[in-house]
Amino acid sequence: MTTEHGGPATTPSQTVGPFFALPGGLPWPDGPEVVGPDTEDAFLLRGRLLDGAGEPVPDGLVEMWQADEHGRFAHPDDPRGSSTSARGFGRCATGSDGEFWFRTVRPGALPTPEGEWEAPHIDVTVLARGLLDRVVTRIYFPDEEEANAADPVLSTVDQQRRGTLIAGVEDGAFRFDIRLQGTGETVFFAV
Amino acid sequence: MSTDSIEGQADRLLLPSYARDDSSHPALDTPEYRSTSLRHPSEPLQRLPQNLTEVTGPVLGHERVSETDHDLTIQHEGEPLGERIVVSGRVLDSDGKPVPDTLVEAWQANAAGRYRHAGDRHPAPLDPNFSGVGRCMTDEHGRYRFVTIKPGAYPWRNHDNAWRPAHIHFSLFGRAFTQRLITQMYFPGDPLFHQDPIFNSVRDPKARERMICEFDLDSTIPEWALSYHFDIVLRGSRATPFENEEDDDDD
Ligand SMILES: [Fe+2]
Repeated sequence: MTTEHGGPATTPSQTVGPFFALPGGLPWPDGPEVVGPDTEDAFLLRGRLLDGAGEPVPDGLVEMWQADEHGRFAHPDDPRGSSTSARGFGRCATGSDGEFWFRTVRPGALPTPEGEWEAPHIDVTVLARGLLDRVVTRIYFPDEEEANAADPVLSTVDQQRRGTLIAGVEDGAFRFDIRLQGTGETVFFAV
Repeated sequence: MSTDSIEGQADRLLLPSYARDDSSHPALDTPEYRSTSLRHPSEPLQRLPQNLTEVTGPVLGHERVSETDHDLTIQHEGEPLGERIVVSGRVLDSDGKPVPDTLVEAWQANAAGRYRHAGDRHPAPLDPNFSGVGRCMTDEHGRYRFVTIKPGAYPWRNHDNAWRPAHIHFSLFGRAFTQRLITQMYFPGDPLFHQDPIFNSVRDPKARERMICEFDLDSTIPEWALSYHFDIVLRGSRATPFENEEDDDDD
């Protein structure tokens, strides 16, 4: 089976199922700690994963990927060159109340190929039993009003729903709940 | 680095573009798999441009993988019960290019169809010599290899007398956020396929075949283990400096 451009067709996605968190499995002990506790300007980001009935999803896995505080990636495909050793990646299995957390730093703004600037943001993948494919969303920061207003992705999102992509602040941490369906449904992206 | 120099480069940013492959994948809303009912987004997905965050991804290296991680039969004092098998293949992209040095994670039930997970209530025995977790890195040709035992089928509560066909779960990162893939590998000729809503959530029969490994007599290890071959294909990138997105069908 090949695609119209001659290469092989992709392998289909399947659900991560209920048992990915078996001992030694996908959740890593240091998974939520994108940066160490002593990192300057590190903060906690907490949230809950909720289903269409508003019930917690206790068997989900939330992953995040972001630039470092200067907007840099430790990656060969960043044409500006790789000038960071930041891991930039976190994963956290949800708890019995659907809760997840990360310790990270605020990423820098990012230039786009169109010459615009994306506001500081974190890309998120949500996996769970009952999700046959991952769903993707983005976390933006509440105190970046100017940058958020100019962000080429946020500005394409219906104003009524834009707020689902912007973290809140609670107890000295950022808060980002993910609602898979229904009232207040988080905006999800096809990437 | 000053903002000016970043700005100066911004209009010359040349990023890879990962081909869409929606037709390979199941719909999030698949009523036969009951757990999707309250967990699929009801609003349409918005198109996310593939900018820097999307075309990069975690470079998770060898520090995540230990010597015995690829061999699920040597992680304990004794050997696990079951049919010893080798599962190997390549991680490719849809341009046919191998994906080297990428983390492959796998997890599975034991030979009796039981996971070492507190939530698994299937009354089948746990095997003290089997954890059911493997990981490895692909080599420079995109090759990976696991030694394990063949997982058993297991019942679940989706519908009356529902059984999952034997499968091994796989997690792949590729080199970009865009390429992240979670899938399941099935075994040829499983009699449980027809009643499994997860396998059949992939509507295209040709696409379903791409989740089934091939029995591979040539790479069996005589008098020791049978062998299965399973290639995993992630989305490919075409660097397209001079053309715009071809597919405009956002919806
Ligand atoms: Fe499973």
